[in-house]
Amino acid sequence: MAGPTVQAEARAGPTPKPPEASPNPPGNPLRNSSKGHSMLRHAGKRLLAAIPLLLVVPLLVFLLIDLAPGDPAVVLAGEDPTPDRIAAIRGELGLSDPVVERYLRWVGAVLHGDLGQSLMSDQSVTDMIVRRMGTTMSLVLFAMVMAVVLGTLMAILASLRPGGVVDRLVNWLASVAIAIPAFWFGLVLASLFAVTFQVFPAFGFVPLSEGLWPWMSHLVLPGIALGLLPAAEVTLQLRSALGQELKSDYILNAQAKGLSRSAVLFKHALKNACVPVVTVLGFRVAEVLAGSVTIEIIYNMPGLGSLAVDSVLSRDIPVLLGFVLFSTSVVVVVNLLVDISYGYFNPKVRA
Amino acid sequence: MKNVTTPLDDPVDAPGEPYEEPAQAGIVRGILRRKSTIVAGGFLALLVLGAVLAPLIAPYDPNVQNVLQRLRPPSADHLLGTDDYGRDVLSRLIYSARVSLQASAQAVAVALVIGLPPGVAAGYRGGWLDTVLTRIMDTLMSAPSLVLAITIVAVLGPGITNAMLAIGVIMAPRFFRVARATTMDVRHETYIEASIALGCGNLRTAVRHILPNVMPPIVLVISVSLGAAVAAEASLSFLGLGVRAPASSWGSMLSTASSNMGLAPYLVWPPGVMIFLTVLAFTYLGDGVRKGMTRSRSARGKGE
Repeated sequence: MAGPTVQAEARAGPTPKPPEASPNPPGNPLRNSSKGHSMLRHAGKRLLAAIPLLLVVPLLVFLLIDLAPGDPAVVLAGEDPTPDRIAAIRGELGLSDPVVERYLRWVGAVLHGDLGQSLMSDQSVTDMIVRRMGTTMSLVLFAMVMAVVLGTLMAILASLRPGGVVDRLVNWLASVAIAIPAFWFGLVLASLFAVTFQVFPAFGFVPLSEGLWPWMSHLVLPGIALGLLPAAEVTLQLRSALGQELKSDYILNAQAKGLSRSAVLFKHALKNACVPVVTVLGFRVAEVLAGSVTIEIIYNMPGLGSLAVDSVLSRDIPVLLGFVLFSTSVVVVVNLLVDISYGYFNPKVRA
Repeated sequence: MKNVTTPLDDPVDAPGEPYEEPAQAGIVRGILRRKSTIVAGGFLALLVLGAVLAPLIAPYDPNVQNVLQRLRPPSADHLLGTDDYGRDVLSRLIYSARVSLQASAQAVAVALVIGLPPGVAAGYRGGWLDTVLTRIMDTLMSAPSLVLAITIVAVLGPGITNAMLAIGVIMAPRFFRVARATTMDVRHETYIEASIALGCGNLRTAVRHILPNVMPPIVLVISVSLGAAVAAEASLSFLGLGVRAPASSWGSMLSTASSNMGLAPYLVWPPGVMIFLTVLAFTYLGDGVRKGMTRSRSARGKGE
């Protein structure tokens, strides 16, 4: 590639942070020069590395079906299978063909946007997933936003007086909150605030198109239940990261310059302390997505989670495969974003 | 895919403060120093005892139905009330401890078997074996966990054994990573090289000389994973993918509570509190083990 192009790309990239806000020792030769370019390459490498996962996880499902003892069609038909159903499954899944051929055919169809048809309802799996995606995404988004807001607030409160009463209380609350199972917390919230006191609607989901408040009110309880764990983790991570940052030289320098306490905290420390938190959040998305399955069941929300559980109980493999592919994609995309943000925050990773 | 190490592989890592007391040798003594560890350990010991002695402790048969006594709130006869079939909740809670603890032990055993030997092998041999195994484990780790569990259960059929197999597979990478990292740490120590030079076979070197180094951090992972497995079992059983009726676990009891929430809100509390306390106890136990270990290690370091 010609030199000028590289430079143009470098300029198009994100602007380098001021030296004092960088978590790296000063004088890192990698910084500034070709940041945008190597960022892109880093992202590209990560993307390539992520593709196998998308292929491998569905392959595992195919292999598992093949390896399961007994005739897969009979096994998949569940209890009391009718000959019709067995034949339908055999036909739909093409079970007489070798497993690799079936898998490749599925991959080929997916590349054309076709996830097949549900064994139970003859609907297109793509349609089913698209229709239910909004619910799950709203819920996950709400939970994550709550986790970030609550976690950041708590961590800042705690770092104002390190070792103080508030600090210890926040630390204790967060470590206890981590042990609370999300679905039980969801049940408790529902029984307290939807059944006993009826502050919020207990069940169901209203799309955003029907108004902001109806949408929000249906998301508050499940969102809090789902967001508790990531909120606690953000709190602990950010608190410990802030503690480290506040001890470092550049903070001392900022204080010596005469900056106020809040300026030091918000302008300098918080910025750098965000790095580990972004990572935590990224990894939690997968967990929150998984947690949304139980929460959707409790609150009777028509999302992907209930679709997945139904498809397992009725052995509806095409739907299950669609769900697996969707969740894996979300996780891959989020991991990718985390990886890229890592490369952005820490140039050493890109090398 | 290269995974960025997440501090949350180890949930006990976050809380805590540095130690300033004089260091003491001995992992066990280090562990027993902390009151929270003793309380957590004591709670778990009581729980196991209660699970083992369930037939002696439980006031009623957990599966006897009594339609006349449906959904009764807590009373002198039924301390925690009755469920939708008129079964005694306290008795079911005690019997469920058996299922939950046994299931969690099963899952961790599966994870240990799948994760530990490949981890030691990968760290010991390095090269292509390491690359392949690490790639496989990273894939497992980055796949969404509950989705993977649901898939395995879907294919193998619902049931507690299959559910625990699934959870064990999902937790295996944690064991793999710790085993591999620790093995790589000691791989080039003089005593390992010496044992190879003395003619020890690979297996003997790995089992006699490397494994003792790998076990302490693995014990920590076991403790944390037991808690995680209790929670995971509860989720799967709650969804109806785990334990099958008439047997029950805390998760399936919560499923009953969920469908009778309007009539019997008291059903929500007992199983949830048990799951919560058990997970918390395993976390604190793991925390205590970790701190005890760091302390005894630093004590050894200072002594030399």
